[in-house]
Amino acid sequence: MFEHLLSLGIESIFINNILLAYFLGMCSFLACSKNIKTAIGLGFAVIFVLSITAPMNWLINEFLLKEGALAWAGFPAVDLSFLQFISFIATIAAMVQIVELVMEQFSPALYSALGIFLPLIAVNCSILGASLFMVERNYNFSETVVFGFGSGIGWLLAIVAMAAVQQKMSYANFPKGLAGFGVNMIITGLISMTFMAFAGIKLVG
Amino acid sequence: MKLTKTKEFKVFMEPISVANPVSVLVLGICSSLAVTTQLIPAFVMTFAMTAVLACSNVIISLMRNLIPKNIRIIVELTVISSLVILADQLLKAFMFDVSKMLSVFVGLIITNCIIMGRAEAFALGNGPWISFWDGIGNGLGYGWILVVVAFFRELLGSGTLFGFKIIPQAVYDFGYVDMGFMVLAPGAFIVIGLICWFQKTCIKES
Repeated sequence: MFEHLLSLGIESIFINNILLAYFLGMCSFLACSKNIKTAIGLGFAVIFVLSITAPMNWLINEFLLKEGALAWAGFPAVDLSFLQFISFIATIAAMVQIVELVMEQFSPALYSALGIFLPLIAVNCSILGASLFMVERNYNFSETVVFGFGSGIGWLLAIVAMAAVQQKMSYANFPKGLAGFGVNMIITGLISMTFMAFAGIKLVG
Repeated sequence: MKLTKTKEFKVFMEPISVANPVSVLVLGICSSLAVTTQLIPAFVMTFAMTAVLACSNVIISLMRNLIPKNIRIIVELTVISSLVILADQLLKAFMFDVSKMLSVFVGLIITNCIIMGRAEAFALGNGPWISFWDGIGNGLGYGWILVVVAFFRELLGSGTLFGFKIIPQAVYDFGYVDMGFMVLAPGAFIVIGLICWFQKTCIKES
């Protein structure tokens, strides 16, 4: 069991990196990778929110939305799974808001570091994407926790790597038209290629 | 007044060319990369996206005077996610295979920054008719990039277009091999980077 979770964690960090293999969270990845400090801040905020919302959405899906999930309330035939999208996004938006409030109250230092990134995260596709993937792949609760946390770490690694490259790149001389978005995409492609070297690594057979 | 001079035409054409949401404004990249391994899902995605974008723009524009400023984001999200649920259910009902191929990316239309961006930047300040054209224009501007990327990835990656073999067997006999790299994630990044380079160079010259 533990080995299985460990291997799932490694997989979600390196092999199936949520950004480099599934393209989720590209918008904030491109917008906030100008310097390493911002990138790290945003990365930690993503880890934080992902590891809260993924299990949260798992519980909602398991006990409210799935086919037959309402059996405990006496409605075994009800299937509310078409409400998945709207309830997941509402949970994410609400969780982000709550996290922001709690953080401001109890940890002003953390709030000043991550606070400005939190509203941005509510519409980061990687958060909703992770919740949808966990439904599609039928993860159980502990798998979801590991998957959410691992995906967050994977995202952090990717954005920090990108920020580091971009900082060095500001002195480089690009052909006109390629500078900016074009070259960023190509660099992301190269980073993604390096991550592909991890493919095929399996801890447990 | 000529058609090309109307305001509607301008808001329709601008996102397709000079203010393209994907390659110029850098919005909505996530899904544009993931669904482009083949042409069919790219077309379906374009269609779903354009429909959702046009409807959400119209609805939000109709409600623009009723929505209180400080809760507008959550109202917009609700409108958008209801429309996406509709699109998802329709896809599941009528095009089940494609909907399986698109998997989570239909749901991710909700967090596609283009939709939120247009709602915030355009629909909240303009009438429904013109917002509708803005939605269609942005959807198609997003779509043509998708289709071009998918065209190259499918042609080079598996030698097919729309699932039909395009590259003749004779070429393979000479030793031509499909570029497996194009089907994988890095291929998408690099193709879109090159397209953007090409587009920027063309716009500057014209």
